[in-house]
Amino acid sequence: MKEQNRYWFKKGLKDGVPIAAGYFAVSFALGITAKNAGLTAFQATLASLLCNASAGEYAGFAVIAENASYVTMALVTAIISARYMLMSIALSQKLPQQVGLGHRLLVGFWITDEIFGASSTVPGKLNPRYNYGLAICSLTFWALGTCLGVVVGNILPGNIVNALSVLLYGMFLAIIMPESRKNKVVLGLVIISMLMSLAFAYLPWIKTLSEGTRIIILTVLIAGAGAIFFPIPDEDEKVEDN
Amino acid sequence: MEHNVYVYILIMFGVAYLLRTLPLTLIRGEIKNRRIKSFLYYVPYVTLAVMTFPAILYASASPIPGLVALLIGMVVAWKGGGLFPTAIVCALAVFLVDFIAK
Repeated sequence: MKEQNRYWFKKGLKDGVPIAAGYFAVSFALGITAKNAGLTAFQATLASLLCNASAGEYAGFAVIAENASYVTMALVTAIISARYMLMSIALSQKLPQQVGLGHRLLVGFWITDEIFGASSTVPGKLNPRYNYGLAICSLTFWALGTCLGVVVGNILPGNIVNALSVLLYGMFLAIIMPESRKNKVVLGLVIISMLMSLAFAYLPWIKTLSEGTRIIILTVLIAGAGAIFFPIPDEDEKVEDN
Repeated sequence: MEHNVYVYILIMFGVAYLLRTLPLTLIRGEIKNRRIKSFLYYVPYVTLAVMTFPAILYASASPIPGLVALLIGMVVAWKGGGLFPTAIVCALAVFLVDFIAK
């Protein structure tokens, strides 16, 4: 078991490298936003260490910049972070049942889009050490990037920042496409997701919703429709549980 | 009224942390319902697809570099490129198309 734990922790550290690179670029931009909102390097870094959320932190810093109420902050955070709740439900099924409270609190603390994506590609049950490896490798750079963004601001040329910001999307594609190739329903849902996401970004009224809200609505609608019209066969599940 | 930045940060942390940990700590058993299991299986792919597009088009001042990166990234990932290679290819695509466009 110890061997297994070490294996998964190391694998997490390794798989966390591309996430770390993407995080570093994105959080650098986030640091600039934080600085503009009036946060010190210490405050921005603290927010990144505690919140581990790109869209959530952007929105949070905007709330701080506006000097809006604490209730507004709570609501904005809840709307933008609601998708983490879906991910938390999914991970509750992915962790072995005997995993204790401490591990569950820590796995939950480190749920991000990317860490969730990577850990949901693990075949069968999930060893929480994999998440710790991913989180320690990548979120160190999330905090570091935020800090540097505040301190040195616009030192990197724009075209480099642009290129780095695409790393995260490349990773998302690497998670989506192999499953789409194996499963035609997933492929169909992915295409529908992208088209509807495009429509939601430009439709009147809907486009005024926050990005986090649009992500929740689309996820519930499309994954829900998939579950109703194309429920997965039970045999597949037995294979996955091994 | 002036608000304290540390209270703001604490609220951001607290709300997100509750949402992240409540399901993980409260749901201990295996969900048997086939529809719910299917829903949870589809969630990551749908969420990631929604977040990737059209957001990738805004990576640069023009949507072209992002679109090129999306198409190349899809092909590389489809062929089994893996996390890091796919990410790097996408970043290079944006950098090069940006460069050529100038």
